[in-house]
Amino acid sequence: MTDHPIGKPIPRKEGRKKVTGQALYVDDLSFPEMLHGATVRSPAARGKITNISFEGDIPWDEFVIVTAADIPGANYVALILNDQPYLADGFVNHPEEPVLLLAHKDKYLVEEARRNVRIEIEELPAVFSLEDSLAKKEIIWGEDNVFKKFLVDKGNVDEAWAIADLIIEGEYETGAQEQLYIENNGAIAIANATEGVTVWGSMQCPYYVHKALVKLFELPDEKIRIIQTETGGGFGGKEEYPSLIAGHAALLAWKSGKPVKIIYDRAEDMVATTKRHPSRTRHKTAVTKDGKLLAIEINFVIDGGAYCTLSPVVLSRGTIHAAGPYVCPNVRIHSRAVATNVPPHGAFRGFGAPQSIFALERHMDKVAHAVGVSPEEFRRRNFIHEGETTATSQIIRERVEMDHLLTRALGLSDYHAKRERFARENHVSNGGFSKKRGIGFATFMHGAGFTGSGEVYLQSVVSAEATAEGKVRILAASTEIGQGTNTIFSQIASEALGLDFELIEIVQPDTGHVPNSGPTVASRTSMVVGKLVESAVLGLRQTLVGSGLLSQEYNDGDFKKACAEYIAKFGSLKTSSTYQPPPNVHWDDEKYQGDAYGAYAWAVYVAEVSFDELTYEARVEDFVAIQEVGRVLNPVLAAGQIEGGVAQAIGFTLFENVVWKDGRMANNQMTNYIIPTPADIPPIRVFFEENPYAYGPGGAKGIGELPMDGAAPAILNAIENATGVSFTTIPLMPEGLMKAFV
Amino acid sequence: MHITLNINGESRTVDVFPMARLLDVLREQLHLTGTKEGCGEGECGACTVVLDGQIVNSCLVPVAQVNGSDIKTIEGVAHQDQLHAVQQAFIDHGGAQCGICTPGMVLAAVDLLNRIPQSSETEIRNGLAGNLCRCTGYMKIFESVVRAYQK
Repeated sequence: MTDHPIGKPIPRKEGRKKVTGQALYVDDLSFPEMLHGATVRSPAARGKITNISFEGDIPWDEFVIVTAADIPGANYVALILNDQPYLADGFVNHPEEPVLLLAHKDKYLVEEARRNVRIEIEELPAVFSLEDSLAKKEIIWGEDNVFKKFLVDKGNVDEAWAIADLIIEGEYETGAQEQLYIENNGAIAIANATEGVTVWGSMQCPYYVHKALVKLFELPDEKIRIIQTETGGGFGGKEEYPSLIAGHAALLAWKSGKPVKIIYDRAEDMVATTKRHPSRTRHKTAVTKDGKLLAIEINFVIDGGAYCTLSPVVLSRGTIHAAGPYVCPNVRIHSRAVATNVPPHGAFRGFGAPQSIFALERHMDKVAHAVGVSPEEFRRRNFIHEGETTATSQIIRERVEMDHLLTRALGLSDYHAKRERFARENHVSNGGFSKKRGIGFATFMHGAGFTGSGEVYLQSVVSAEATAEGKVRILAASTEIGQGTNTIFSQIASEALGLDFELIEIVQPDTGHVPNSGPTVASRTSMVVGKLVESAVLGLRQTLVGSGLLSQEYNDGDFKKACAEYIAKFGSLKTSSTYQPPPNVHWDDEKYQGDAYGAYAWAVYVAEVSFDELTYEARVEDFVAIQEVGRVLNPVLAAGQIEGGVAQAIGFTLFENVVWKDGRMANNQMTNYIIPTPADIPPIRVFFEENPYAYGPGGAKGIGELPMDGAAPAILNAIENATGVSFTTIPLMPEGLMKAFV
Repeated sequence: MHITLNINGESRTVDVFPMARLLDVLREQLHLTGTKEGCGEGECGACTVVLDGQIVNSCLVPVAQVNGSDIKTIEGVAHQDQLHAVQQAFIDHGGAQCGICTPGMVLAAVDLLNRIPQSSETEIRNGLAGNLCRCTGYMKIFESVVRAYQK
């Protein structure tokens, strides 16, 4: 028997091939006779396509050209509302919308050709902001520009206003954010009528792509095969988008009869693919004079872009997280996802929650100030505890210790002493310009897994297979995108079976071989799919024990012998496990009330900032992130998730500004869309509290999205502490800071 | 034109378009796909290689300029099965996540430790400032570099 691997810093399973450059990403693959594909995109935001002409000194007869008319099946990306076409058919709804596809064996000539296709558009009025969309300045989608709305209504908010001692209102905004995985989107396809369609690509969710291509080609399930290649980061940006690029490559392959590769360059990836939904949140809060929450009313709006994509689900998560880890008898949350003529916004780590939590945690500081208590004391008076209910009336059945997390976080960051010192020193003038310091925090939670009944509908499956050599192969659709799926699944299987870690193999996600374990999203891979890995491998052991070939006590050698004997006798040994919801989970989709998530991670993040009065630059100088995520399966991978998420959230707050011009990203380059570099990031100090979750593998809950939620409000709360100015919009660039002082 | 390069200690002659990017020649003609393209404009460092002892972004180097040069790519960092201390530290201490920035980051870290064997935190931050990572938040990369020289 080997040492228990859960909880240990086991090195990343595919680490060696990554550090030696041997890991193969989609652009590293090549096939004989492969053509290179390119996408010709709309030059305008909205209008009728009146003409397409092929110009320049280009040998057009050598090109494979695909338009909407070439699509064998349905011209939509199958997802939620199926409103997004693969190729615009006579009408465009956003800049850079795909209109036409080209392929040629010379990739440099393809690029030249792409620039020589002229698409003429008779433009129609377009809408570029969520305010204009809400005001119905132009109806651009459906009857009212609204993709989806939710109403969460707990208690009676209207009765609370009259009895409140204080009512505090606020409005908060967040901008778009580019996922900026370092590997751009890409896919390679082989497609023909006899063999069907096979796609290799960089992706999070092979079965999303599978579902979309079944519709696009009107082929039976078994004729579509999707294979995930090594994926250079996703962060949500490769959740739904790969369905589009995979379809495009497959359409060109279908028409040409040859393998086709499409790899976006950075400029195309940034200008054309999804980003985090911009948001606007209004808060109205009723409190008693001693700082108890009486009522919270929230109006939350996100900009979905031109097509629905995943906006309803992003809105849902943002809505449910909008009232945070507080107990309040009366909560009403109205939320809407609206259409604009910009490229569709989509999944990005946090999925709506970073937007609504930013608003909430800025607003809680404002309310505390109005009541006349410290931000710390105000939160302590309102934290949720075990047995109390959230905004969706979910009774918290686990131990929640927000008070303890807050105490520990403030201690680790030396919050109280710094608060006092900064207050003293910030008043001392340094002969004109000086650096001011501030410290602030945010307290929050993040639900793991699909919302409400989502996991029940998904019915995820994981299989495990033993080989005659005594190896255990895990068959799951969950992808390794850097977060550690391969390692975590191997640790779970190794722990459950008491086998050496090296005996566990993770099968490459390939819809031809692995069952549908659901998408790699929503902080669900460890907690939900990991649990299925655990039960699937336990099924193997049960089968071996039941057959009399293995006793209850065994070592690696006994297990190997039993596998060999079982396979010699019965041919193969494979078991599967299907999702079963934990007990007492009830969700009402109509009323949006009930158990929104099986489990929550809880966290307190503290940011210390400096503000330079000369340059108007705000910098994060120190960051403490403390969280309770159930049992930590692998401390190095877990801390890596938190550090990476916090860095991305610092970018979201202070660096990453998508500049829009008529619905198009104007700064679609890494030269002028700035993400944090090694020189920009403060020490990120990560701490865990462990409270094992009964229904997670080894006690784990979800972790991946959590660190995206808390940094932005903590940083702006710290900037308010430093400057005395309450900022309400991110990204907060030096230009934005300057406006408050000149 | 024909050019000869000494790549990872091996002399290779290739027929190239003079203005082709060194990055493309490495990946497409020499099949050394460990060198990655992240941005194509010298910002992200994913295409880092060592050119005559200096780290460069190979997406910005026209191949005609490097005739006769020594080039080291990620494929040349380990000695057969023996990983470089930096590579081993990246595995052991979480310096690699998705892995796409890792080849460039490893080369930048090896170059840094060649120049400043016991780099301070500031020297590490500055030494790696041309290499962007979106997964790690850099903490575990810094730690990996320190652990590598402590070995």
